[in-house]
Amino acid sequence: MLLRIVPPALVVRRPHRMIERHVVAYRRQWLIVVSGFFEPLFYLLSMRAGLSDLVGKVSIAGRQVSYEAFVAPALMASSAMNGAIFDSTGNVLHRMKYARIYDAALATPMTPVDVAVGEIGWALIRGQLYACSFLGVMAALGLVESWWGLLALPACALVGLTFASIGFAGTTFMRGWADMEIVTTLMMPLALFSATFFPISSYGSWSWLVQLSPLYHGVVLVRAANTGVWDASLLGHIAVLLGLALAAIVIAARRLDLLLRK
Amino acid sequence: MSEPLIVAEQLIKRFGEFTAVDGIDVQVEKGEAFGFLGPNGAGKSSTMRMIACVSPITAGRLRVFGLDPATQGADIRRRIGVVPQLDTLDVELSVQENLWLYGRFFDLPRPEAKRRSAELLEFAQLTDRATSVVESLSGGMKRRLSIARSLINEPELLLLDEPTTGLDPQARHVLWDRLYRLKQQGVTLVLTTHYMDEAEQLCDRLVVMDQGKIVAEGSPRSLIGQYATREVLELRFAADGNAAAAPQLEGIGERQELLPDRVLIYADDGEHALTETHHRGLQPESALVRRASLEDVFLLLTGRTLVD
Repeated sequence: MLLRIVPPALVVRRPHRMIERHVVAYRRQWLIVVSGFFEPLFYLLSMRAGLSDLVGKVSIAGRQVSYEAFVAPALMASSAMNGAIFDSTGNVLHRMKYARIYDAALATPMTPVDVAVGEIGWALIRGQLYACSFLGVMAALGLVESWWGLLALPACALVGLTFASIGFAGTTFMRGWADMEIVTTLMMPLALFSATFFPISSYGSWSWLVQLSPLYHGVVLVRAANTGVWDASLLGHIAVLLGLALAAIVIAARRLDLLLRK
Repeated sequence: MSEPLIVAEQLIKRFGEFTAVDGIDVQVEKGEAFGFLGPNGAGKSSTMRMIACVSPITAGRLRVFGLDPATQGADIRRRIGVVPQLDTLDVELSVQENLWLYGRFFDLPRPEAKRRSAELLEFAQLTDRATSVVESLSGGMKRRLSIARSLINEPELLLLDEPTTGLDPQARHVLWDRLYRLKQQGVTLVLTTHYMDEAEQLCDRLVVMDQGKIVAEGSPRSLIGQYATREVLELRFAADGNAAAAPQLEGIGERQELLPDRVLIYADDGEHALTETHHRGLQPESALVRRASLEDVFLLLTGRTLVD
């Protein structure tokens, strides 16, 4: 089974060509990119304005922090997820099935794995743009605890990589636009129940379910970066995200091969 | 004699139970303009996709530039240009961006890609539309842009799948002219078409395909000489009269074909056949004598018309 999934040539040579195409294409549509900054920002401001006073202090790794300082890293991870998923599902579906951009690319020395890695890379870059601006806003609001907070950026990159890969792999199974509803339906509970708005301890005996969410592992990492409290268990969270990403990339390239090189 | 550019031996393509290409043998020489002629579903596009290394072969042997598409696909694709049946132009990019960014897929340095795209805009007569978005172009312009894009890597072999389908006559002639120039520059052309006039205009040699098989091969002239007569008499009788008249036409010309809307009589002297028809007291609503074409070759070989 595994041998059937692994493409014969998993050699990545020119994924950056795909990214170059997107950079040129988006130069005319920069407004679409910019608009993605605002949703998580409004969320954060609403938390600060209302909920924070209502909830009071929350404990992270034995330290008391304000609710907004608890929620902000989770929102940052969510925005990295959103950016990556947004680009790797709807946009990929459009380019694959309707605009036929991949068909054109595969008539050149580009390979399916070049296309898959290029697309995932682009989604990741876009997710990182949002993460950077989000971190900037957090810092301006005094929510970044220390310079360790900068490590939230690579943590978000990992979240972006994982979700872009899963999003792309999932999109190769979509039949049409109707299937995009599945993405929307899945994203909502992920954003809500990944220990984003409450600590995992509050889920009690259901906490194992939370651990199944890839976003949960990302939230833990970004939160750890922001508080600067580290331990070995973080390696486990990193391994989960990396493992998911690699598996998804392999599936994505294999599926693209099957779909477009009939 | 150098090795042929394309060699296919007993080439087969199956999609599940369906056999699209059923054991064809083809050789295309360097510098040739070679055509696959046949109706929709004959297996032309499947063959082209295999040659373009975007569709793995099911069985048989295929070599392009002496290389194996299964293992050296990227090396082959680097040296060919592909104009697909449906335009795959990038509608989010301008006309010139479509060209130079495509060149980047072939690892051209950016200045070189831009230099070539300017040249190709000239060739495709699209220089004044360089910064337009693709969607604003007419069908013929899009087709020319597709061809220009396929030339960005200076291919030795150009594959064109139904290059002029859906274009008006004037746009087709402009396109044929461009293809003819490429041929003169030494580019090997391989194209599919279901228009016999296109095949006659462009192809030095062609194969006629039907239901995944090759049913005839040769130059357009030799195929007509071999399978058809010099002239064809087309007779149309009043409603439902065609089938009734057919038995009475027996013996005129070398053979006849009954179609729903007309009767075709193959004869070296069409006028003589028409005189004979009148002698037998038949009064067709219209009668036309014309030269035999590849359309007739296809009809005689398969009993069916090329364009339904």
